[in-house]
Amino acid sequence: MAEHFVQAPQWHWYILFYFFLAGLAGGSYTLATMLRLFGADRDQAIARMGFLIAFPLAVICGILLTVDLGQPFRFWHMLVNTTPGEGGPSFKYWSPISLGSWVLLLYSIFTFVSFLEALRNRTSRASAGVRVFNVIGSILALFIASYTGVVLSVSNQPVWSDTWTLGALFLASALSGSAALLSWFAESRSETNGTKRRLLKADGYFALLELALIVMFFLTLAGAGTLSVALAGPWSIIWILVLGSLMLPIAALFRNRKAYDRATDATMRLGPAGSFALIVIAGIFLMRLAIIFSAQSS
Amino acid sequence: MAEPVGLFTDTSICIGCKACEVACKEWNQLPGNEPQFRDSFDNTGQLDAQNWRHVKFIERMPEENMTVGNGQAWLMMSDICKHCTHASCLEVCPTHAIVRTEFDSVFIQQEACNGCRACIGACPYGAIGFNEDTGTVHKCTMCYDRLQNNMTPACAKVCPTQSIQFGKLADLKDKADARLATLQRQGNSKAQLYGRDDKIYGGLGAFFLLMDKPEVYGLPDKQNAVLPRRNNAGGYLGALLTAAVALFAGAIALRRNGSPAPEETQTVDRSTDG
Repeated sequence: MAEHFVQAPQWHWYILFYFFLAGLAGGSYTLATMLRLFGADRDQAIARMGFLIAFPLAVICGILLTVDLGQPFRFWHMLVNTTPGEGGPSFKYWSPISLGSWVLLLYSIFTFVSFLEALRNRTSRASAGVRVFNVIGSILALFIASYTGVVLSVSNQPVWSDTWTLGALFLASALSGSAALLSWFAESRSETNGTKRRLLKADGYFALLELALIVMFFLTLAGAGTLSVALAGPWSIIWILVLGSLMLPIAALFRNRKAYDRATDATMRLGPAGSFALIVIAGIFLMRLAIIFSAQSS
Repeated sequence: MAEPVGLFTDTSICIGCKACEVACKEWNQLPGNEPQFRDSFDNTGQLDAQNWRHVKFIERMPEENMTVGNGQAWLMMSDICKHCTHASCLEVCPTHAIVRTEFDSVFIQQEACNGCRACIGACPYGAIGFNEDTGTVHKCTMCYDRLQNNMTPACAKVCPTQSIQFGKLADLKDKADARLATLQRQGNSKAQLYGRDDKIYGGLGAFFLLMDKPEVYGLPDKQNAVLPRRNNAGGYLGALLTAAVALFAGAIALRRNGSPAPEETQTVDRSTDG
């Protein structure tokens, strides 16, 4: 059984929103690239939306990370070694925060270029060069969506350091939330109905993957003896909500008409047509909330 | 590089006077936190940005009436940053603000720290705290300024029972071995050294003689004395496999002729167009 005598790093709301938006930024860029590579001409409008939202989200991520620092004006110390007599770049491949700082910088450049390209290219399919650029950007995007989980694991905190699943879980949920978000955009136009259906199908697969990883997460914590920390007090209720939010895309995937209709009827009462997306996205937010806060409140 | 120096804390002769806490605060100009009135003689609570020494009072009142041999009411331990040879804080610090000094101690450069707080979550001893006023993290420096001037750290200098001893690590280890042998001869079978050898984080610059198991004092045993980077491989590998599965599934779902069957289309349209 794992024993922990560590103190909490006080990573709270800024970090929660960073982890949440980094997931959507990375997931949107990846799905936009996949729509470019595998989609039809009609899908390109939504691919463009993916590239258009990835850049502002990446910028907000950088701001959130900066304001969370105790010394925000020293954010550049993540990139430059200021130790007297040393200097040069500050890079530690074994520190996910160090690695992530560099990748986030690089990813922001990729999202900015793709943002400009999406602004300019309103209709036509992207050239081969642009697609290659998008594929490289997607590798960075997948890293951004997942490394935040590894940041938590590379510590000695209870829960976080007791499982290998966090990077994987954050990635699967980021893709699920991003698919829901893009399907929401697709909903507003009749010509993108097909795109919406395919995104919802993808969302179902991602949600299944996320569900499997949540099970693995709980099993690894049970093995380490810290499951009770993750499920203490209100966190068990949050986890029930998270699992509930996954049922919608999974029910859609398995064409379980009864369960799906019941779920969608319930969500319709919430009002906006995008309630499906709202619920899925709320689920990925709550999952990060439970993971970040439960470990620090033990 | 100077010969490695360190601190040996013999908890068997700590009397809980907290002179070390006071001397540390005086020398390092730490104003301290508001006193906490707890159900204990411990009114400091924990190591943090203001408390770089913390005298733990581990209350062990015997359940039965006191008889010869079971009257041990407290274990006391003057806790401190361990200045680990393999330091978790130094490992995760992304800014290189945490460095190893010429004395082999672990030191936080205040001018370089940007307050990301990764080190707090990594330190297995809870020895680092965040100071809201400076926006940076703080911990014991082993009185780095005193060491540079050939002076003994304040806590060791002031300790009235010599529970805290300062010196060359090699000399301190010899003293610790001799003291442990004495205690064991006297029948203290649970007495043990913590961090004297390399089994705990490669050896500790501030090591201890304990009168019970490490976990009784809130210290991880050798199975649990693990570095944060152990989780890099599993974390990234898990993410990589997930990415591979997700990309494969996504490609199937998003390919241009991969539309759902009409029956599903109808179901989904009902739900989202509504």
